[in-house]
Amino acid sequence: MKLFSISDKKLDGKCPTGPIEKRWTQHKASIRLVSPANKRRLDVIVVGTGLAGASAAAALAELGYNVKVFCYQDSPRRAHSIAAQGGINAAKNYMNDGDSVFRLFYDTVKGGDYRARESNVYRLAEVSANIIDQCVAQGVPFAREYGGYLDNRSFGGVQVSRTFYAKGQTGQQLLLGAYQALMRQVGRGQAKLYSSHEMLDLVVIDGKARGIIARNLITGELERHGAHAVVLCTGGYGNVFFLSTNAKNCNVTAAWRAHRRGAFFGNPCFTQIHPTCIPVSGDYQSKLTLMSESLRNDGRIWVPKRKDDPRKPTEIPEDERDYYLERRYPAFGNLVPRDVASRAAKERCDAGYGVGPSKMAVYLDFSDAIKRMGRAAVEAKYGNLFEIYQLITDENPYETPMRIYPAVHYTMGGLWVDYNLMSTIPGLYVCGEANFSDHGANRLGASALMQGLADGYFVLPYTIGDYLADDIRAPKIDTRHEAFEEAEKSVLERIEKLLSVRGKTPVDVLHRKLGLTMWDYCGMSRNAEGLEKALKIIDELENEFWKDVAVPGTDKEWNKELEKAGRVADFFELARLMCIDALHREESCGGHFREEYQTEDGEALRRDDLFSYVAAWEYTGHRQSPVLHKEDLIFEYCKPTTRSYK
Amino acid sequence: MKVYLKVWRQRHARDAGRFVDYTVDGINPDMSFLEMLDVLNNRLISQGEDPIAFDHDCREGICGTCGLYINGRPHGPVARATTCQVHMRHFKDGETIVIEPWRADAFPVIKDLVVDRSAFDRIIQAGGFVSVNTGQAPDGNAIPIPKEDASKAFDAATCIGCGACVAACKNASAMLFVAAKVAHLARLPQGRIEARERVLNMLTQMEEEGFGGCTNTGACEAECPKAISLENIALLNREFIKAKCAL
Repeated sequence: MKLFSISDKKLDGKCPTGPIEKRWTQHKASIRLVSPANKRRLDVIVVGTGLAGASAAAALAELGYNVKVFCYQDSPRRAHSIAAQGGINAAKNYMNDGDSVFRLFYDTVKGGDYRARESNVYRLAEVSANIIDQCVAQGVPFAREYGGYLDNRSFGGVQVSRTFYAKGQTGQQLLLGAYQALMRQVGRGQAKLYSSHEMLDLVVIDGKARGIIARNLITGELERHGAHAVVLCTGGYGNVFFLSTNAKNCNVTAAWRAHRRGAFFGNPCFTQIHPTCIPVSGDYQSKLTLMSESLRNDGRIWVPKRKDDPRKPTEIPEDERDYYLERRYPAFGNLVPRDVASRAAKERCDAGYGVGPSKMAVYLDFSDAIKRMGRAAVEAKYGNLFEIYQLITDENPYETPMRIYPAVHYTMGGLWVDYNLMSTIPGLYVCGEANFSDHGANRLGASALMQGLADGYFVLPYTIGDYLADDIRAPKIDTRHEAFEEAEKSVLERIEKLLSVRGKTPVDVLHRKLGLTMWDYCGMSRNAEGLEKALKIIDELENEFWKDVAVPGTDKEWNKELEKAGRVADFFELARLMCIDALHREESCGGHFREEYQTEDGEALRRDDLFSYVAAWEYTGHRQSPVLHKEDLIFEYCKPTTRSYK
Repeated sequence: MKVYLKVWRQRHARDAGRFVDYTVDGINPDMSFLEMLDVLNNRLISQGEDPIAFDHDCREGICGTCGLYINGRPHGPVARATTCQVHMRHFKDGETIVIEPWRADAFPVIKDLVVDRSAFDRIIQAGGFVSVNTGQAPDGNAIPIPKEDASKAFDAATCIGCGACVAACKNASAMLFVAAKVAHLARLPQGRIEARERVLNMLTQMEEEGFGGCTNTGACEAECPKAISLENIALLNREFIKAKCAL
């Protein structure tokens, strides 16, 4: 069987044309509106309550739409955006260091290795300033200077300070702001909250997204929910690797179910490996913990110059240390983008210079920063991160360097959306990490929070009106429709199938095997041979899963194993598509490093003549060859060059 | 390492519930407490038994999902840590460990160690926000805020809504939770506008949910994984009195 086929029709992102700084303004002025009286008659479902979902749900409810909002967590405040540490970018130029909307735009396109849409990224940079204003008004306690004004810090991949932050808990504070805005709407009755509910299928009627099937995770009941439009804000799929910095329950199911119903999946192989995480310590490990990239502002990364140096790090003199990032990339040093920093760490460890018990780690050293700024200043800036590190490793980073290693952190790929954030299913919108749109092949630090809130507060509330304007006469969606019947039946059959296996192997065991396969062959570096091997292993593991998975209990109760089993079943299918995408993209760009395509000194070799496009995949059936649809990327303002951080 | 567990098992809200003993062997001291439970659960699943239900998500101490009452303390023996941040190195080889759910009328048990904390969401709905619609905000630097106020607001705002304060309180009071939100917003100019309604509405909702009154013993602060200070309760009381006087 052919691995995939290629559609001869080009996919259109429907981006506006004209001068880039006017596109969004003109687009907003030209799309249709829905009057307040008509908004009252329209229902919108939002799935997921992270930054994108909570902000979208709050903003839509403020506009007067009837919002139903779903999350698998027991409270919307627990969505994994809560764990984002470092900060949020915005082109405010408060630091007077030459920042501008254009520079943020340019840095993001370049940082994404020229695999993102210019129009989308410019809009993101443009609305970034409004996000900060909105959050401050909500009471988000950003860090401030003594004069009472907002403080900024610098982050990887850029040469200005444009990152707003709240200690190492920026995601938490931004999410609580959005959550509180949403709770205000729930209190008013304008939004209805369905916590502990997991979306298990999308309902499509006459080609339009019209609702979802959700499972109440407490009672196990399946529920039908209809709406005039459905918005997915369900995050990324990093947990396909089992070990990642994602929360344990993060999953691809909502997005994957939408994909199976016709939504194209964009660039699934673009995954981000974050350079600064606490290394794996044993085979019991259930997740990895990130140490914020902001640490690279003051920490210096090094390994011993001598292989297998048995000395403690503090006993190794300065001239016997290899500060390899500063050596290889003098212009950006420890602040190179994430993909570059991760690969450099892997290169040193693979070459035998790794440290710690596993030899799969490098040092992140604060001794110079403590000398320069004093311990108190370091503590004020990074105290909570140091505490987290010590809790996990039982080592004191004020006294000995941290050990870090790259780990799966974020997925740039996701459901394909047009400029309006609508997927290939009319009426299905996708925001935040769940879509593929703004980060190209690599996301810059502090840009995920920016994108999630940009989509939710300032993009979707405008663009969804253009679609709903056609629906003002549509009655309430009738959940007795046969499409709901069919979707609920297929969900139930799948649950019964999972429960009927009654095998011996716990879900975690099979998930861990899948994750290791993906890490080995579709992780920080990939090659054709490995990817083909991975495809075989994935098939075998999936067979084993459906033959021997152990799912105890019933579907009419709180049943975590059943939840996990459904998610892992979808991860197998996604894993296959990721490998196919990685195999087809015969170039290296951003987080996608194909060993066959590198320069003599080991840097990524992009092939713009062949691969300057978005790969959007159409589902054709389980284990059937997907169809590749290409959306050409055109660069009018940021001319693709070899990304150099030297 | 080897530990002996006494775990609260309760099939559903109406079940009486009971302690069940388990022995877990071959533990690495660097394992997290929840990873130790993963090991036990996978063993139970392989043997065809019902695994222990416990809730968790981020496993890095920030989402507030996990919460076990370990040896009589919310989140166990480590100060300023959530259950997921407790590692087995904090227990002795051969130790007996008692694991219970949060116990409070306002947090009914769903299954085993999982409780329903939706009461917290309803308290926030009653007033834990600033009423600003998207798009209304002035420039972020339009209102300077003294660094100290912003820092104190931040300290209060780091509450993760886990419910340990309620579990620690003999009155099952949610005063520290409510105070953290009231104080966070009261310390900022943006939050002052609705300060009066906020404190009254949130406290009313707290009582309606069945949480008790403050005992003034400070158990909540002692067990809070984010070290939310009792000072916030003092501020809550001042805000409450101010609001009452203004009526």
